Amino acid sequence: MAPLSDPATATLAAGTPAVPHPATAADGERLVTVDLATSSVRALNAELHAPRAARYEVRHPRGAHALAVGVHAPLVIDIRGHAGYYCAGMNDGATITVHGNVGTGVAENMMSGLVRVRGDASQSAGATGRGGLLVIEGSASMRCGISMKGIDIVVGGDVGPMSAFMAQAGRLVVCGDAGDGLGDSIYETRIYLRGRAGALGADCVEKPMRDEHRAELADLLRAAGIDPVGEYDPARFRRYGSARQLYHFAAHNSSAY
Amino acid sequence: MSGYPLEPAALGLRESATFDRATIAAIQRAAETGVYDIRGGGAKRRLPHFDDLLFLGASMSRYPLEGYRERCGTDVVLGDRHASRPLHLDIPVTIAGMSFGALSAQAKEALGRGASEVGTSTTTGDGGMTPEEREQSKYLVYQYLPSRYGMNPTDLRRADAIEVVLGQGAKPGGGGMLLGQKISERVAEMRTLPVGIDQRSACRHPDWTGPDDLAIKILELREITDWEKPIYVKVGATRTYYDVKLAVAADADVVVVDGMQGGTAATQDVFIEHVGIPTLAAIPQAVQALSELGLHRRVQLIVSGGIRTGADVAKAMALGADAVAIGTAALIALGDNHPRHAAEYARLGSAAGFYDDYQDGRDPAGITTQDPQLAARLDPVDGGRRIANYLRVLTMEAQAIARACGKAHLRNLEPEDLVAVTIEAAAMARVPLAGTDWVPGQTAGGWL
Ligand SMILES: Cc1cc2nc3c(=O)[nH]c(=O)nc-3n(C[C@H](O)[C@H](O)[C@H](O)COP(=O)(O)O)c2cc1C
Repeated sequence: MAPLSDPATATLAAGTPAVPHPATAADGERLVTVDLATSSVRALNAELHAPRAARYEVRHPRGAHALAVGVHAPLVIDIRGHAGYYCAGMNDGATITVHGNVGTGVAENMMSGLVRVRGDASQSAGATGRGGLLVIEGSASMRCGISMKGIDIVVGGDVGPMSAFMAQAGRLVVCGDAGDGLGDSIYETRIYLRGRAGALGADCVEKPMRDEHRAELADLLRAAGIDPVGEYDPARFRRYGSARQLYHFAAHNSSAY
Repeated sequence: MSGYPLEPAALGLRESATFDRATIAAIQRAAETGVYDIRGGGAKRRLPHFDDLLFLGASMSRYPLEGYRERCGTDVVLGDRHASRPLHLDIPVTIAGMSFGALSAQAKEALGRGASEVGTSTTTGDGGMTPEEREQSKYLVYQYLPSRYGMNPTDLRRADAIEVVLGQGAKPGGGGMLLGQKISERVAEMRTLPVGIDQRSACRHPDWTGPDDLAIKILELREITDWEKPIYVKVGATRTYYDVKLAVAADADVVVVDGMQGGTAATQDVFIEHVGIPTLAAIPQAVQALSELGLHRRVQLIVSGGIRTGADVAKAMALGADAVAIGTAALIALGDNHPRHAAEYARLGSAAGFYDDYQDGRDPAGITTQDPQLAARLDPVDGGRRIANYLRVLTMEAQAIARACGKAHLRNLEPEDLVAVTIEAAAMARVPLAGTDWVPGQTAGGWL
């Protein structure tokens, strides 16, 4: 994947206290550092729900679950390390960057904002997301974009089996390959895939790439920080979506159900 | 001449118990259409139920409380294990989750109004929270379902409790369905679906599998809502003993157990009738699980599936439930299956007392529909009044029984107050057969 610009990071005060205190960052914006070696996930989320600063840095996340969940302010949050399950869950407006890998359900049910994972993601990345953009620079495991409802997801590497299962709305862009069962029982989500697809899921079909699709794909790539030229030229992608054959119950579909 | 037509039996004809008329009609229908029957409501077969239990009123060995004078408390606190804001309800009868989509917005509003008037909670459903029900509901439980239709953190913060739904008694192991006739523009928008499609909701949650994951999911929901809201876990009754233990291990504040008589908006008939166990069989299993963990009454138990009367409420509580939930009975209180719609039911090929085509969206009572004209038949204010009346009657009936058993609070009812009139019910409910000290299945070592 093309190198992406790192959000500017300020110098951190050493010896972070258990309850975070605002410090002044080099750029003048208030920056709070929360060190999870000494502070708790509860203290972190409580602070993010009633923020006293615009920027936060989380150190020593050590794979903790439920980091930066339910944030509903336009904060900038950098998590320096690996995160566990449901990192940035239900994000509504924040820009959250994980400088590491994430566990199951990153940015699940996101409403708006930007979540960027610099490493790989486990299962169900972006599950049921309703808005915003999720960027996974590495690869994502099974069920990426499951039941997505309007979120956009851009994956730099591959996605595992059953990705975009029952996906309802939004766009899933995969720059690598997709495992078996892609788009099973898909509704109106559009999938753009640069690499190879395994066996497609029930009711998922390849569809022609028209100008409007190339344009929307270029926009998505750009939003993810990828220049849509050369290797990433939209012409190199294929589009998949619903054949809409399972939209109504019918006896002849019994094997597909 | 009497004028009565001759009964087939009088002509020497004999109906098969195996191939009865309903079975014959079902086979004929399947052969004709090639699709299975989808309907609303709960299991229609006869099952061991609360009717098979009786209370031992007080006399010499116990003394009763005075009917209209001595206090018999009815309140219940739900979710005080971990939540900083548990629910404190005035009565232990709550309204179960029924989706906007399955029900009209007016019906949802009426349920909220009625429940609020008597100080109890109502519940959203598979389809999100409508502003009408939020505004009209003093205590609103927000369901967190596999489909996650309409799920959003703003509503989560607006809710009074969160119910993670794993299953329903009518269809344990099955997802929801809502047929095209009911996917109106508003329903479609709330669920992010195309208008008019036959919607299948997922049967498994998209981002967790198994109890260890559920514990992390519950942690996330608590973190999002700053540990304020009680978190319920709802299961359809099957392996209830194990499911309740695992729900508690996943940190639930409240466990909701829904028996197979529990209603649904739309499910295959074969599923409704053949999957799950009766409510009566599930309660002792749930109570045993909680007791073994030392958490009976600390983690509250809500029971649903076939609750109709104050006697049912009292029996469920005597077996160890902290509260009950009602679905079907609330719809009936709103006007479902009322004889005044007889002519219209007949036009739909049904009859008052038999109507179960909730999936069709053509409900003459205006409850299980998205048709604006039909829905307008239900006045939410009048509907709310009927719900409040009915909830009051359930509570007063339960109090009448509790006082007769000498109990100053509904929660003081206990299994010792009950006997069973059938061996099946005695075995399931784990109370003695009336007039005996025989509890079938009970061994010296206990139940397992
Ligand atoms: C019309 C209708 C819609 C329902 N929708 C839901 C739902 O969205 N989510 C859910 O967990 N249960 C749903 N249920 C089940 C109820 O929450 C409850 O478990 C059941 O109705 C209790 O049994 P009862 O109908 O015998 O009172 C629905 C039931 C009915 C009748």
